[in-house]
Amino acid sequence: MSKGHAAPVLYAALAERGFFPREELLNIRKINCPLQGHPDMQKVPGVDMSTGSLGQGISTAVGMALAGKLDRKAYRVFALLGDGEIEEGQVWEAAMAAAHYQLDNLIAFIDYNGLQIDGPVTEVMSPEPIEDKFWAFGWHVERINGHSFREIATAVEVAKKVKDQPVIIIADTIKGKGISFMENQVGWHGNAPSREQAAKALAELA
Amino acid sequence: MKKIATREGYGKALAKLGAEYENMVVLDADLSKSTRSYEFCKHYPERFFNMGIAEQNLMGVAAGLAATGKIVFASTFAIFATGRAFEQIRNSIAYPRLNVKIAASHAGLTVGADGASHQALVDMSIMRSLPNMTVIAPADVVEAEKAVSAVAEYEGPVYLRLGRAAVPVIYDENHKFQIGKASQLREGHEATIIACGIMVPESLQAAAELAEEGIIVRVINMATLKPLDQEMVLRAAKETGAIVTAEEHSIIGGLGSAVAEVLVENYPVPMERVGVKDVFGESGEPEQLLKKYGLTVQEIKEAVYRVLPRK
Repeated sequence: MSKGHAAPVLYAALAERGFFPREELLNIRKINCPLQGHPDMQKVPGVDMSTGSLGQGISTAVGMALAGKLDRKAYRVFALLGDGEIEEGQVWEAAMAAAHYQLDNLIAFIDYNGLQIDGPVTEVMSPEPIEDKFWAFGWHVERINGHSFREIATAVEVAKKVKDQPVIIIADTIKGKGISFMENQVGWHGNAPSREQAAKALAELA
Repeated sequence: MKKIATREGYGKALAKLGAEYENMVVLDADLSKSTRSYEFCKHYPERFFNMGIAEQNLMGVAAGLAATGKIVFASTFAIFATGRAFEQIRNSIAYPRLNVKIAASHAGLTVGADGASHQALVDMSIMRSLPNMTVIAPADVVEAEKAVSAVAEYEGPVYLRLGRAAVPVIYDENHKFQIGKASQLREGHEATIIACGIMVPESLQAAAELAEEGIIVRVINMATLKPLDQEMVLRAAKETGAIVTAEEHSIIGGLGSAVAEVLVENYPVPMERVGVKDVFGESGEPEQLLKKYGLTVQEIKEAVYRVLPRK
């Protein structure tokens, strides 16, 4: 989880898989709760790397993939990056290294929702042409609708067959999808809904 | 006296330890011939990874490798490790307490002709401020080699400070290095000089010259800045009543600060700090730089002269 600010969704998935009790989710970001604002591998079972400072998770994923190659282990490393996150120079240092060491056991996703804290990514600091950049850095690029589980699964299957190259799956997404008052609203980047808003959102998703 | 750079001890130890630890890997950022991490590459090329001129990624990749159970040594110049990649060390290595040894060479003024841009003078200050981080500055090549073995055995993040220039060899193979334990090199009762790195031999010379003048001072090599050997510091304060620190580093945040912190809270005694006085360095020969920036035997002696009447 290179985009560590997406910790809530990671915690929810881990709780569903039984890494810790679901009740713990309600204490996220509160004092004395292991569920920090950004993932802490020392506190939360199932978290493979502490992240939060953007651009760093992808480098650690490169390290894990490198270890997999060195030890001839069959595991794959998955990393999830934000579209704003790739403005960090470190991401491109990592991208260069992953291609150099031919890490075909590394699959990275970019959650391309087009929004960052200060506004649309294309206005703040455009990542475009994003596909060309990754091709130029020696990665295999897949582009999908990030809201389609079928497309995600297919892209991962394609990625697994790629040899000698890391794979980037650029997932086009809509921030707040399915919730009328949240969709594509930059103001919801880091805010939690009120009780009423949460009820309305859940009703719309149901 | 024979002179060898501490980085040579690093290279030698890596070449040896690679056989002992199959899970040991070494990374560098295009400076492997300078840092001497290349010595590992020569023997175990499959476990050596050059990350190119990309120190932030270097530290992140090191963290990822460590998370899979590797003992990782990550090398570059001290200025880039602790400056450019500071936040990567903080968030990807120190915070998750991963087993990465940041072995940084070319620390201090003795980088020489490269000048101020390459002279790390606050590296120990920066690293000492990070929770979970151990900070070690060996005094000579023998201690450097032993320190590398010790940190390989120790589980957790370490900052190991190494130098470029050839410096006097003060220890023989019988030297016992232990993380967190200082070693007393000379007994004395009028004051104590606590030094680290290349200022240890300078301090020994200063103590010898002072003895000829009838001033008998103790000399301690504080190779581990963190965790600091508080017991040794306090015993020196109680038994000798005055302290002088000497380091090839800024007087802000390094050895002098670490010793002062212990003294003021436990047993305040007069103290003087020898180090770089909050300025940047410049290009020059190591010896010229040490003289110009006050890191000399004479400077240490003068600090002793100043501290004695304050007792």
